Amino acid sequence: MPSLPPIRPEDEAVAEKLRPAGAFDAPSDAHDPVRAGYLLRLGDDALILGQRLSEWCGHAPSVEVDLSLANLSLDLIGQATLFLAEAGDADRLAFKRDVLDFRNCWLVEQPNGDFARTMVRQLLFSTWQHMLYQRLTASSDAAVAGIAAKGVKEVAYHRELAAEWVVRLGDGTDESRARTVDGLDWCWRFVPELFEVDEELAAAVQAGIAADPRSFEEEYRAAVGAVLADATLPLPKDQRAIVGGRRGHHSEHLGHLLAIMQYLPRTYPDAKW
Amino acid sequence: MYTTELSKPGATVQPIAPQEDPELLAAFEARVAADEFIEPKDWMPEAYRKTLTRQISQHAHSEIVGMLPEGNWITRAPSLRRKAILLAKVQDEAGHGLYLYCAAETLGTSREEMIEALHSGKAKYSTIFNYPTLTWADIAAIGWLVDGAAIMNQVPLQRTSYGPYARAMVRVCKEESFHQRQGYEAMTELANGTPEQKRMAQDAFNRWWWPSLMMFGPPDENSPNTAQSLRWRIKRETNDELRQKFVDITVPQAEFLGLTVPDPELKWNEAKGGYDFGEIDWEEFYAVVRSEGPVARERITARREAWTQNAWVREAAAAHEAKRRSRAAA
Repeated sequence: MPSLPPIRPEDEAVAEKLRPAGAFDAPSDAHDPVRAGYLLRLGDDALILGQRLSEWCGHAPSVEVDLSLANLSLDLIGQATLFLAEAGDADRLAFKRDVLDFRNCWLVEQPNGDFARTMVRQLLFSTWQHMLYQRLTASSDAAVAGIAAKGVKEVAYHRELAAEWVVRLGDGTDESRARTVDGLDWCWRFVPELFEVDEELAAAVQAGIAADPRSFEEEYRAAVGAVLADATLPLPKDQRAIVGGRRGHHSEHLGHLLAIMQYLPRTYPDAKW
Repeated sequence: MYTTELSKPGATVQPIAPQEDPELLAAFEARVAADEFIEPKDWMPEAYRKTLTRQISQHAHSEIVGMLPEGNWITRAPSLRRKAILLAKVQDEAGHGLYLYCAAETLGTSREEMIEALHSGKAKYSTIFNYPTLTWADIAAIGWLVDGAAIMNQVPLQRTSYGPYARAMVRVCKEESFHQRQGYEAMTELANGTPEQKRMAQDAFNRWWWPSLMMFGPPDENSPNTAQSLRWRIKRETNDELRQKFVDITVPQAEFLGLTVPDPELKWNEAKGGYDFGEIDWEEFYAVVRSEGPVARERITARREAWTQNAWVREAAAAHEAKRRSRAAA
């Protein structure tokens, strides 16, 4: 992927530059609502996308693709488990909250659609998540920094894989190109939410826990634009932004996803598994 | 997971093709008898190649179709830990499918041809996957019983005479033993859980017990390929021997969990040092082999759809690769 910057050396360079002295010594407080809210955003993004990707299992275009999608899903569910465990009881948070309490963005809850839409969604999200985790390795919160440091390597691969597929599909056949354009058109309106800074996030940024996504918005646009250029696709026209996920206001899709995911713990509330 | 070698019922023993060079054949049989591995470029009788291609490709198909009954519960796994374990397990199965397809390809049949044979119904896969996974306890039962039976079948295959198959089995067996343990551990949780969980556990055990015994294939007196396969060391133990071993190991495990084996005729036989057990419903077995299992249509439809509805993805990848090459050449 010539259009992508070399990822791993950059991870380290960004982390090095941004990490203040003594960053890992900051005390963490599980009852801090700003911290807990931010952990939910990170955990829910990973959980919901991990859940979506797992729907592909056994139904992907080839055995190799099946394996890579399961890999992505596993990585994300692992990250979600770590973030949610910092915010409280991870299983209770995953299986006992309803839509209004989920803090994930709209992009990750979108149905898989066809393989092109799944890969476009992955490119748009993983590129963002990768840039975010790079910065979070410098979080004042040791737990967030640690999880990000582990996750950034995984997400670098997700980003690379998605970019490779978007290039193949965009610059493949007429049909794959048309499907990729459709996927982009579907997902593009959810990108602004990734860069939205509401009061809660502003407080987390202020506390040094969170990274301000606006600090890498330009870098993000350039990186996505470069992949699309390789895929011989134009950058889509901006659409009216759809936001609200961070406040618990989601698409209709999330409720159905939760109904499936949460069915057992909700049906048998006293059971251990 | 594993399929024992299945042929259409009523098939007769294939005589070794008379046109095989008797000297080459004798040398081949001597090597096999001396427990040497046969490698892809070595001379081998056509019937050996055919039997192995059928067995390894059936095994590969079983891994791939076997992703479906378990995949059915990934999105509904009841905890984050169980979800991650199940995803990793199903991913292992995709991996097994891949190296088995590769092992079969060394015998001269392409993966496309094998997949085509699966989709057309010409190739078989393990009968066990044509039963539905109804509750979460089925996932535990599959790990415990189905992967348990698979290990029983596959451990001897690590010494099968065809090198690539034997080596694939070494890797597969390591992963299967993890699968079996996680299944038993999940079953333990259910068997010690709430009354509803215990009910689920016993019900799953009732439904999976007999199909698991069928996984070892038809009884020896009715297993047309066994004699030849043993002679060529493709197989190392007979279906009935393996089935008996499985019963002897599994019954005490069920007792430990407080589950009842759904077989009123099950009885310890001191003289043979093993359990006597009831007659398997062979009519059902052959019906399932004929693709008449309860969810056989769902399984094969899911595989066909994944293949045909995503054909455009594989075409796009090939078209892109061709463009890339021609640009690089320019």
